[in-house]
Amino acid sequence: MKFRANLVIGGVLFASVVIAGIFAPWLAHTDPVMDANLMYAEEAPGGEFWFGTDAQGRDIYSRVLHGARISLTVGIVSQLINTVIGVCLGLSAGYWGGWWDDCVNGLTNMMLAIPSLIFALAIMAILNPGLTSLLIALGLTNWSFTCRLARASALSLKSQGYVQAAKVLGYGDIRIMLTQLLPNMLGPIIVIGTLGMGGAVLAEAALSFLGLGIRPPYPSWGSMLSDARDQITTAPWISIFPGLAIFVTVLGLNLLGDGLRDILDPQARTRRA
Amino acid sequence: MEASYGATIMNSPPADTILKVEDLAVHFPLGGGLFGGRRRYLHAVDGVDLELKQGECLGLVGESGCGKSTLALTILGLQEPTRGRIILDGQEVAGKGMDRKARARIAQMVFQDPYSSLNPRQTVRTTLEAPLRLHGITAPSEIEGRIAEMLGRVGLRPDHAERYPHEFSGGQRQRIGIARALILEPKIVILDEPVSALDVSIRAQIINLLLELKETLGLSYIMISHDLGVVEHMSDRVAVMYLGRIVETGGWESIFTKPRHPYTRALISAIPDPFERSRGDKIMGEIPNPLDVPSGCGFNPRCPEARDICRIPPVPDLEEIGEVHFVRCRRAREIAAGDAAPASTG
Repeated sequence: MKFRANLVIGGVLFASVVIAGIFAPWLAHTDPVMDANLMYAEEAPGGEFWFGTDAQGRDIYSRVLHGARISLTVGIVSQLINTVIGVCLGLSAGYWGGWWDDCVNGLTNMMLAIPSLIFALAIMAILNPGLTSLLIALGLTNWSFTCRLARASALSLKSQGYVQAAKVLGYGDIRIMLTQLLPNMLGPIIVIGTLGMGGAVLAEAALSFLGLGIRPPYPSWGSMLSDARDQITTAPWISIFPGLAIFVTVLGLNLLGDGLRDILDPQARTRRA
Repeated sequence: MEASYGATIMNSPPADTILKVEDLAVHFPLGGGLFGGRRRYLHAVDGVDLELKQGECLGLVGESGCGKSTLALTILGLQEPTRGRIILDGQEVAGKGMDRKARARIAQMVFQDPYSSLNPRQTVRTTLEAPLRLHGITAPSEIEGRIAEMLGRVGLRPDHAERYPHEFSGGQRQRIGIARALILEPKIVILDEPVSALDVSIRAQIINLLLELKETLGLSYIMISHDLGVVEHMSDRVAVMYLGRIVETGGWESIFTKPRHPYTRALISAIPDPFERSRGDKIMGEIPNPLDVPSGCGFNPRCPEARDICRIPPVPDLEEIGEVHFVRCRRAREIAAGDAAPASTG
């Protein structure tokens, strides 16, 4: 099998973030919230504090590790919600057409017209800040591209002979959508979903940065960046490391998305006998 | 059509009618209606009567756009008829009268393009197994047995079951398509240009396979084609369609040796023949706009035999001019009389 650099690099980057998030309590040196010690405020990175400390003297290394949990949860769960909504609406609209298609199209266009971050901000302002509201806000605002993609794929796939054959064989509509259409559009959907996951990580950071996401003192990369604004010239490591974490995660997800597209191409999947 | 079955090839006892189509019409609504006044309809199929006997192969020929594919889709239930009746194996299936599954066990279809008619993400096994499961056959041993048997019948090896469609050639893919159509043991198979997408060298193999399967499994075929060579080889009876109507129908011998409708004659003369320059008049021009059908006989603008009588509405009736030979042409008898070919029947 051909060596796929983007898949491997993306996979390694994303996997290391996932591992860091899962094993954060064991990998972290200190408690990310409670171990504030003003004696060690704004220490530069070094032997004891690998990534340095912030203005309250908390270990940034530990906080970045714990931040991975929040960022990944938000990224994965909200993107899953988006993908499910987008695929359900887009696939059924493309397959059935008619008034349902018009409704879904109208809704999609509306969603595309509203900047999703602003929409998420509005939802967050209504709900109480917190992880659940963040998941809802980001999970309901970014499905329009997936929906478009699923609809376009369904439109082009439904005239394929095998979909007709499935109808002739007596398959029901839902079964045709799930067994004939969905597997054949999964490639681009997974790619969009993975890329969107990176977007969701960024959106979480942005919302937290604006103070509407995860509230301090809980460590989220966005809120850490927000806290570090004032020290960006005097203690740049406070913002560099959470920023780097976001960068690595999003880069990993994007490369992974690209690599998955190559793998999911059916022509590439030849049975090796 | 009350006539007896074509006597040329049949050697089985009087066969039952397995499919009967009566006055079937499919009209597609077009835009307009809101401001454009009267809503317009495209008459894709316009009053077709058909009968298919057990064990028979009916060739359905005509140009692109004559409605033959729409007719097939309507018989299979993929298209709602505007009017008319379809009786499949003694049961009426007007509109939603029979559910998809019951219909699937009677009538199946083999598609034209073997490249788009197989799901690229399903192995051959899944393609054949899923319909069986859907229709209530769940015992693993029975599924296994039927898949192996079907693969054998269409000339594939059992180990082909684990492969994906892209690993097969066009001819093999069409064999898989045939296996899928036959896995539910239907009685009628509609063949939509089954060999036209294949290499010439493969065509004969697939045609022979289809003929062999028809014999061994007692199938009835409706074969849609514009390749008259294939139709001549396979069909017991032939129906020629033009602008949504059947213009001539009869046993394959009478159609090919004594065609009466000028359109049929033109089609037959268009078969490439290496020994003769031409077997008759070619027709010119395009099929008329189905939205603006010529009055009287729909074929009159292109017909070399058209006279004034042909332009008078209504549409000519399908008249019996020979044994199980029907023609929709007012001048059929005159044309036959002036024909050099021995035209004794009629």
